[in-house]
Amino acid sequence: MAGLLEVRNLSTHFSTKEGLIRAVEDVSFDLDAGETLGLVGESGCGKSVSAMSLMRLIPNPPGKIVNGEIVFEGRDLLKLGDEEIRHIRGNRMAMIFQEPMTSFNPVMTIGRQVAEPLEIHRNMTRNKAWTICADLLRRVRIPEAGKRLQSYPHQFSGGMRQRAMIAMALACTPRLIIADEPTTALDVTIQAQLLELMKQLTRDAGTALILITHNLGIVARYADRVNVMYAGRIVEKATVRALYADPRHPYTVGLMASIPRLDQDVKRKLRPIPGQPPDLLHPPSGCAFHPRCRNRIPVCEIHRPALEKASDGHEVACWNPVREAPPCC
Amino acid sequence: MTMDEETVSSDIRQAGDSEKEPAPPEFETGRREPRRSLRTGIRPILYAILHHKTACMGILIILLLTVMALFAPWLAPHDPNEQDLYHVLESPSRRHLLGTDDVGRDLLSRVLFGARVSLFVGLSSTVFSALIGIFIGLVAGYKGGAIDMLTMRITDTFMCIPGLIFLLVLAAALGPGVHNIIIAIAALGWTGFARITRGQVLSLRQLPFVEAAHAAGASGWRIMFRHLLPNAMAPIIVAASITVGGAIMLESAAAFLGLGVQPPTPSWGEALRVGYSYLEIVPLFSIVPGLMITLAVLAFNFLGDGLRDALDPRLRGEAQKIV
Amino acid sequence: MLLKVTDLAVYYPVYQGAVLKKKIAEVKAVDGVSFRIEEGKTLGLVGESGCGKTTTGRAVLRLEKPTAGEVLFSGEDISRCDNSQLRRLRRRMQIVFQDPMGSLDPRMTARDIIGEPLRIHGSTTNKGEYRDETDHLLEIVGLHPGMGERYPHEFSGGQRQRIGIARALSLRPHLIVCDEPVSALDVSIQAQIINLLEGLQERFHLTYLFIAHDLSVVRHISDHVAVMYLGNIVEIADRHTIYRRPLHPYTHALLSAVPIPDPVLESNREHLVIEGEVPGPLNPPSGCKFHPRCPRVEERCRTERPAMRGVSDGDHQVACHLVD
Repeated sequence: MAGLLEVRNLSTHFSTKEGLIRAVEDVSFDLDAGETLGLVGESGCGKSVSAMSLMRLIPNPPGKIVNGEIVFEGRDLLKLGDEEIRHIRGNRMAMIFQEPMTSFNPVMTIGRQVAEPLEIHRNMTRNKAWTICADLLRRVRIPEAGKRLQSYPHQFSGGMRQRAMIAMALACTPRLIIADEPTTALDVTIQAQLLELMKQLTRDAGTALILITHNLGIVARYADRVNVMYAGRIVEKATVRALYADPRHPYTVGLMASIPRLDQDVKRKLRPIPGQPPDLLHPPSGCAFHPRCRNRIPVCEIHRPALEKASDGHEVACWNPVREAPPCC
Repeated sequence: MTMDEETVSSDIRQAGDSEKEPAPPEFETGRREPRRSLRTGIRPILYAILHHKTACMGILIILLLTVMALFAPWLAPHDPNEQDLYHVLESPSRRHLLGTDDVGRDLLSRVLFGARVSLFVGLSSTVFSALIGIFIGLVAGYKGGAIDMLTMRITDTFMCIPGLIFLLVLAAALGPGVHNIIIAIAALGWTGFARITRGQVLSLRQLPFVEAAHAAGASGWRIMFRHLLPNAMAPIIVAASITVGGAIMLESAAAFLGLGVQPPTPSWGEALRVGYSYLEIVPLFSIVPGLMITLAVLAFNFLGDGLRDALDPRLRGEAQKIV
Repeated sequence: MLLKVTDLAVYYPVYQGAVLKKKIAEVKAVDGVSFRIEEGKTLGLVGESGCGKTTTGRAVLRLEKPTAGEVLFSGEDISRCDNSQLRRLRRRMQIVFQDPMGSLDPRMTARDIIGEPLRIHGSTTNKGEYRDETDHLLEIVGLHPGMGERYPHEFSGGQRQRIGIARALSLRPHLIVCDEPVSALDVSIQAQIINLLEGLQERFHLTYLFIAHDLSVVRHISDHVAVMYLGNIVEIADRHTIYRRPLHPYTHALLSAVPIPDPVLESNREHLVIEGEVPGPLNPPSGCKFHPRCPRVEERCRTERPAMRGVSDGDHQVACHLVD
């Protein structure tokens, strides 16, 4: 099957009164139908902004997509008019947000909100949409789905609200769902429930999923391929097995060495990445990671490395990538 | 769009630390020092105020009035109490730039000296009511329970009494004089401060740093004055500024009705009272003092506006960095 | 035994009416919790929202008043002592909070925040000593003493947490309750703070009660782990046993729900997903509180509340009917 999504050289900048922030810079990646792509990085790395850019939800001012192509189902989204992009949002491409508390309108019933994409994109009457909504709520395993349509968001728990959000995203059977830290605010067992649910539903419907998270465990469990981001750029791309078995970028290696693992029997000392995440207003010269990098060589401070093929399906942006598997694995 | 702002502001937040790293010495972080001038303490507030147009106007007028009040003895062409019965109720002339009153006193001089009374009464009564109100608000908000309920009911009762009438009754009861009018106005104004302070305390005392002080063994008084009050100051300051304007109005109203400051002490309200009787003959007598009162009240209100805008976004700016 | 907690309970009454309040219900945030911590060791308290772990930690420090039970700190019962005794005891036990920004007074400099406990208890006699002591504390947590004059909003999240830790250390306590100290931090900063806490424990022979919801972090830093559910501890074991041989069904589910950063391991691992959500605290289920969600529930579980029982070596305790 042809690629569902092809992103080329996407750049999104924000002009603030303190200066220009290059939140996303020169990001390119592909996504096939039915695939799950993990977008991993810490806060400020640009993963959320990338997702928002795909849906063209960047507020302008202060943000602007200054460059790039987002080819979705054969069409460049950045060249579409407002009317056309609205036709795509919630319909062909849907998003699940992080905060279940604030992502729902508190004065509208859940049923009405889940039905909204159906009303907009499928021109359905309220009654017809209602039946479909009850079915959707059932699919996301909300008990007493029919009755629950009449409930208000505050009557749902966080986990249930997030399920309702998944239902809303699935309403028009999109080809792509973007989930931006969908479970960060939830308990671990609820997180497991929801992610399993999302995996099953996307697999059944053949929907592609972009899973944005800072949690390397979630990515290991659910993603097919992974992009690691730092300071607005992708620094490593690989299949999930290749990334964990053979991480090449020092940032990826550093990240993996710094998180405690549940299955670690011997008490091992964590190796944190020294320093602080970069200031996007005044990013370091050359490679943005160089001030914190253990593999630093003189050229890193001067020239920024581009993504280069390390092996099949594995790309790294580094002048001096890590060659052997780190001892922690 | 909140999510983008969160992402963006968290990046800004990371700027500029020279943290001593528990890492091998060859790693410099290549970090720049933050521009401290625009980050700490008073400067950003001053910056914001001085760029706020109405606030600047207010400050200018207040400065003018202060100069008038302080230098009245040198600025005034005549002794404000000097009577000249040969030149009564005169229109503006070269000798008396604004005319004379019913006993021949120079209006300009009386207005200049009147500024002293207005500002003095306005400021000191505000200070007193603030002190009383803040204390009550702190205790009520912090202790809660029965104490809170009791004090708030008392506060509500006070607030129910029509202000001007209460003031007049009090002023009449206490008798004439500057000090009594200050007491009377303060007795009215504390309720606003009590409410504001209590409201702030209620929301602040839930914050973890208050608990941290508890855990360190701090006493209730220490927490109230060392932790809660400094963090509650912003709306109190704004309210104080506006209260001064209100106090000036109240003093003038009382003087107009013959209470508080007594003749021959010059006061804007008293001048209005005289002017009222002779409105057709010397309209300037009503216009000028009235204008002064209006300007003073406006000026303090403008300052209050500027302070509110300067203090709030800054606090919000910091709050965003928390996220 | 530095800390011994027996049958600790913290109940919050729910009132109705404005003036004449009538108690209509009780929220049993902590419902009979017992554990001990040896000097120099770390007990991890883990569980999901509403399990009562934070309330337990605060009750140990008397930041909440225990409704019942006994908290013995170095042999003295904290839960019943008066204010002056409490003040004295507060010097030996401290807390590090979750929220790095909210736990620091925004109007105080870092130095003053750290030094406040010193001033409250009169530990330093003059300005010079105060300055030296606060400088020393700043250095211990990895901050440059020159940063002492800055305000909280000028620091990053990780640095603020260091300030909070320095403040907890200022009176040289024996016990520190860490209430989710790294949850609000970025992943790469979490490791720095965890290492700092471990280093401090070694250096000053500290005892930690480490409260968190992240099992990986808890397992890493703790010697023993206690799993809580809806106000009760359901299982306690050392860090090795809790992962290798968990006995309680909830512990199983919790461990299974935590994704491990290793795709090969993950694809071979059992993903046990338990249905349902944690019930509200007002009307807890009868018998074993976990029974509505338990995949191995039996009749007995619905009616009888299981007691904590020692297993094999005695260090491992479980509250479950199925383990007998």
